[in-house]
Amino acid sequence: MVEWTDFERATIQDIFSKMDYEVVGPAALSRCLIVYPWTQRYFGSFGNLYNAAAIMGNPNVAKHGTIILHGLERGVKNMDNMKEVYAELSVLHSEKLHVDPDNFKLLSDCLTIVVAAQLGKAFTGEVQAAFQKFMAVVVSSLGRQYH
Amino acid sequence: MTTLSAKDKEVVKAFWAKVSGKGEQIGTDAVARMLTVYPQTKTYFSHWKDQSPSSPSVRKHGITVMAGVGDAVTKIDDLKGGLLSLSELHAFTLRVDPANFKILSHNIMVVMAIMFPKDFTPEVHVAMDKFLAAVSLALAEKYR
Repeated sequence: MVEWTDFERATIQDIFSKMDYEVVGPAALSRCLIVYPWTQRYFGSFGNLYNAAAIMGNPNVAKHGTIILHGLERGVKNMDNMKEVYAELSVLHSEKLHVDPDNFKLLSDCLTIVVAAQLGKAFTGEVQAAFQKFMAVVVSSLGRQYH
Repeated sequence: MTTLSAKDKEVVKAFWAKVSGKGEQIGTDAVARMLTVYPQTKTYFSHWKDQSPSSPSVRKHGITVMAGVGDAVTKIDDLKGGLLSLSELHAFTLRVDPANFKILSHNIMVVMAIMFPKDFTPEVHVAMDKFLAAVSLALAEKYR
């Protein structure tokens, strides 16, 4: 079981309660598709991903970015239970979507950068540590059902 | 991983021109964050009396690291050759596990995103990520 300090719990709740999912989600996903272009392999049906401008303006990317953030919210609401909460999604990503779990870390790093840019100085080292710990647990939970 | 394209080098040089004035601040914050977020990196600094984010040792080291990054920008056309002596230092004297270059690179970019949110666009991010990876590779060149 993951041990969370009071500071970590409060920090995660605070960050996500103030977040606009429809801004942060699309920003993080489009950044991931631009910075790590091989991740585009999973989005063949999304239409034009030809260059950065196309990616950032693509409505399918935006929609999916928001969906991802809502998925993260499940973890935020169940921090003591994340393995169980993400079991089904893990099976989906493994059996149906066939996503290499290394990609979860790439998206997580891009989300960290987007959140850092949003929060500015408020994204202190301690806040970053809490955020990255939360994301590491999400990433680990999502990779758990792979075989 | 890959070589830097002409466009990558252009983007890196342009962004560096914008931010190099704050180099010391970027370096200090990046090193401080690294020690906080990745506590295992503190093992390389057991000789420091004070490993806290506000310590003078952290600031001094942040300045050193960022000066190295700035130097690498000027040598962007031949990082392996240009960073040879730094590679020898890291290989034979410091013996920093190269995995840590990735960690520090990540924290440098987090600080860039915080300090220059409008300028650290996805295009700048990918060029910087490639550049720092190339620098890390050049630093590990002499390891074995």
